[in-house]
Amino acid sequence: MMAGSQSNRLANGGLIDRSAPLSFTFDGKSLSGFKGDTLASALLASGVKLVGRSFKYHRPRGILTAGSEEPNALVELRSGARREPNTKATTAELYEGLEAASQNRWPSLNFDVMSVNQLFAPIFVAGFYYKTFMWPAKFWEAIYEPAIRRAAGLGRAATVSDPDHYDKAWAHCDVVIAGSGPAGLAAALAAGRSGARVILCEEDFVVGGRLLSDGGTIDGLPAAEWLARTLAELASLPDVRIMTRTTLFGVYDGGTYGAIERVNDHLPSPPEHEVRQRLWRIVAKRCVVAAGALERPIVFAGNDTPGVMMASAMRSYISRYAAAPAKRIALFTNNEHGWRTVETALEAGLQVAAVIDARAEVSPVHRSLASKGGFPVLHGSVSGVDGGKAGVRKLSVSLTGGARAEVEADGLAVSGGWNPTVGLTSYHRGRPKWRDDIAAFVPDGAPPGMVAVGAANGAFGLGACLREGFEAGSAAARDAGRSGGTGSTPVADDAAFSLTPLWHVAGKGKAFVDQQHDVTASDIELAQREGFESVEHLKRYTTLGMATDQGKTSNVAGLAIMAAVSGRSIPETGTTIYRPPYVPVAIGAFAGHHRDENFHATRLTPSHHWASEQGAIFVDTGLWKRAQWYPLAGEKDWLESVTREVKAVRSGVGFCDVSTLGKIDVHGPDAGAFLDRVYINTFSNLAVGKARYGLMLREDGIVYDDGTTSRLAEDHYFLTTTTAKAGLVMQHLEFCRQVLFPELDVQLTSVSDQWAQFSIAGPKTRDLLKQIVDPTEDLSNEGFPFMGAREVKLRGGIKARLFRISFSGEMAFEISVPARHGEAMARNLMIAGKPFGVTPYGTEALGVMRVEKGHVAGPELSGTTTASDLGLGKMMSTKKDFIGRVMAGREALVAPDRQVVVGIKPTDKARRLRSGAHIIPKGEIPGPDNDQGYVTSVCFSPTLDQWIGLALVERGRERFGEIVHAHDPLRGEDYDVELCNPVFYDPDGGRQRG
Amino acid sequence: MRIVCPFCGERELGEFTYLGDAKPQRPAADAGEDAVYDYVYMRDNIAGVMSENWYHGGGCRSWLKVTRNTLTHEISAVEAAAGAGAAKVGA
Repeated sequence: MMAGSQSNRLANGGLIDRSAPLSFTFDGKSLSGFKGDTLASALLASGVKLVGRSFKYHRPRGILTAGSEEPNALVELRSGARREPNTKATTAELYEGLEAASQNRWPSLNFDVMSVNQLFAPIFVAGFYYKTFMWPAKFWEAIYEPAIRRAAGLGRAATVSDPDHYDKAWAHCDVVIAGSGPAGLAAALAAGRSGARVILCEEDFVVGGRLLSDGGTIDGLPAAEWLARTLAELASLPDVRIMTRTTLFGVYDGGTYGAIERVNDHLPSPPEHEVRQRLWRIVAKRCVVAAGALERPIVFAGNDTPGVMMASAMRSYISRYAAAPAKRIALFTNNEHGWRTVETALEAGLQVAAVIDARAEVSPVHRSLASKGGFPVLHGSVSGVDGGKAGVRKLSVSLTGGARAEVEADGLAVSGGWNPTVGLTSYHRGRPKWRDDIAAFVPDGAPPGMVAVGAANGAFGLGACLREGFEAGSAAARDAGRSGGTGSTPVADDAAFSLTPLWHVAGKGKAFVDQQHDVTASDIELAQREGFESVEHLKRYTTLGMATDQGKTSNVAGLAIMAAVSGRSIPETGTTIYRPPYVPVAIGAFAGHHRDENFHATRLTPSHHWASEQGAIFVDTGLWKRAQWYPLAGEKDWLESVTREVKAVRSGVGFCDVSTLGKIDVHGPDAGAFLDRVYINTFSNLAVGKARYGLMLREDGIVYDDGTTSRLAEDHYFLTTTTAKAGLVMQHLEFCRQVLFPELDVQLTSVSDQWAQFSIAGPKTRDLLKQIVDPTEDLSNEGFPFMGAREVKLRGGIKARLFRISFSGEMAFEISVPARHGEAMARNLMIAGKPFGVTPYGTEALGVMRVEKGHVAGPELSGTTTASDLGLGKMMSTKKDFIGRVMAGREALVAPDRQVVVGIKPTDKARRLRSGAHIIPKGEIPGPDNDQGYVTSVCFSPTLDQWIGLALVERGRERFGEIVHAHDPLRGEDYDVELCNPVFYDPDGGRQRG
Repeated sequence: MRIVCPFCGERELGEFTYLGDAKPQRPAADAGEDAVYDYVYMRDNIAGVMSENWYHGGGCRSWLKVTRNTLTHEISAVEAAAGAGAAKVGA
């Protein structure tokens, strides 16, 4: 049995499927509706008027609109992980089992304790928080803010991770059209017929815009028939794509548009393997904005009472959803179009209590409608509403001439005219212009390639919408190079439209401008009195238009009231800057699949899977996962594992995957000359078959990167970079090659991913390598001396590149094999190395050995150090020009008191060192004036059996042996260290040359 | 924003990296410190049409000289850097 009676459902009509009933709950109460309903229409059909409490005053609120401009009818939709706050009931499609809860009330919607705020309303005015909660300052975070946040606010977000997937996609077309009302459809017809690729975005789940609610006659056909015929024709065109549930929300440079497609929001949860929403970036040569206009409220006391509704929304509920918002309806209008609601209500058999028309004249047609319908036409304005949470009961009317009247009604339709949706056309900081005849802002130009048509352009007649849309559609197609015939323009009459501007009716009681943020007319008057006259100040002081609806129903009324109280015209007062998105877009949609483990790409080294099998602990370095250490059973912590790895290398042999280094092949007759210009040292004189350490500077003289470069042939060098800078160095070298030195005949090829590279280090390295390398290769000190580099053949025939270079200070080689053989290389090194006790080591042991050896790395190449600071000043050639040469010679960069790399040892041998500690002269009180540098890198050295480190210290190289103070306020540590030579291990380099 | 790469065609901004003003020329080796200082630091902050260096790192790795209006983001010309492409191969 279907729960809940649809007491206000009309017997006939509507675009709902009465054969598909749906049950849902609102605040736990079971109700029912039909397929084709929104949550709002189903609530109205069930007789529910009260749907929420307001933000600040907890006033009872109902449903104001039938679209995405809704300020009041916001609910928490779904539950658990899918609970979504501030969902508009007016756009949420009904589905079986939908769960919705009202917001901002406690303990229940009908009895809300916080509605006591209304009693204090006189003090909750604009700027209240700023003025009241200023003192004492420490109370703000502890008391005021949490209390305010509990009392004022909207829905609750889910507290667990979003279980759904979101997608991001690109689309390309000739013409993108926003809106599928008569103007948008006419544009699609014209563009589509001429052969253009068209994307039509419609935020609703049904195509047709106001045709669905207002009907009309087009080409002699009833609107519904014309719509069906038009959709059939559009479907037959090969390149017209209609995307419903898709809002075009932003305009970006170069004809790029943002759109959000609510793919599966109309279902309880997305079907398996489907996304919930998709963020589109649409690239279009032309854009036609046919986004229509939003009917605007008139501000009067009690205008937020449930049952007060926009006149056009009321028509939508009656004609499109067959849901009666009220039984006895009054209309308050200042224009011709408001009367359509009366016609619709009468046709649906509803009672009309009265029409309150603010204009001096009412057309004869409408006069006769009134006499036929038996209701009075009152010239004047609604100045008050009787009614509370149960909705409108009675209206007070101020008649023109000063008399008063009362009207009994349970629903009030309000029409203050139309505001064209000028957002899309204004997102590039465009300012709309004022048109007196319709008392509205219309687009004044648009971003390149965009044009507004129909109601979005201030043309409210059906015939005008069709004409403007059709013309724009054909022009857009033509501009996009499509020349096919467009056929004839759909034709309809233009109904008369007259309007007497009316923004605010004086009266007793709160008159709301921004219903979502509870900003009243008197708040705006207060802001003006206090000097916040500029619209940008008005907005920020009162928070007008800053809620989730971005003031779609309130901004223009707010600035009109400001204009009135400040004695300026509306165009003089102006609008605030329009910014995307047009509707709220979930962060999840912007993130798409880039979340959790897919937040960024992950790069795995060639030996990753093997290392994983060994139980390696991995560390993220940029996008890479690198083996940090390889724990063995029984080892109690990382330090024990790392110490074992270091000792194994120093006494035997170990290997480490160093494939993450950037690798660049440099080819061409000018390769040597090119490298001479990008490195501080010379490479053109490097012998074929040799490697050399190189240092490159930025043009400002600061060290950029380092690495080893080998000459494999006369015109072929193989260059390596640090892991961190691999991509940037490639970009820099390409800049040097293409922009700075185009005359050089040289080509660069990134081969980082092509080669798996392993460092093999330790006194038994040669023994191990002999098992891997073809026996014909001479690995002796004479046949392959230190800093040798050449291609070798491996056992089994694979060609490898072998480099006799050492980062650890041991006898060492680096070997490169094609990346596909990387994992096999790791496995083979383990097998072949077994007799020698081969030990895989990770980045920690690598780091320990480089600190022991005094090699600089990332912490020292910090973007502030010169070559000389690093102790590498002598490498700077004086015989050639190179990047950074001149600036490196600046006075401050060669000053004798610069902080330079030194070694440090704690005076207490048992003490642990930590990076970041400041170096202060011994005996002095630490302060900024005597801060002489800081500790950059530390490690526990198994070789020296104590902690050691590198530091950047003023005049450090002159101070070896001096005891200084290490001050670490972050960790509350103070201790003495001795400055020393940074090369702790094998200072004469005998081991690596052995 | 979209840039028409002379090698790859029209591509979106995410494929490109911006460097800066393309007008300053790297001084000759003997130009002296003042000239290099000007080149490195004394850059104009142009409101209007500017010639810029862009890198198509997400595509063909070419450096491009892009003429762009910094006020409107309108791109009026794109040309490859003098040394872009593989023009010298076989030349």
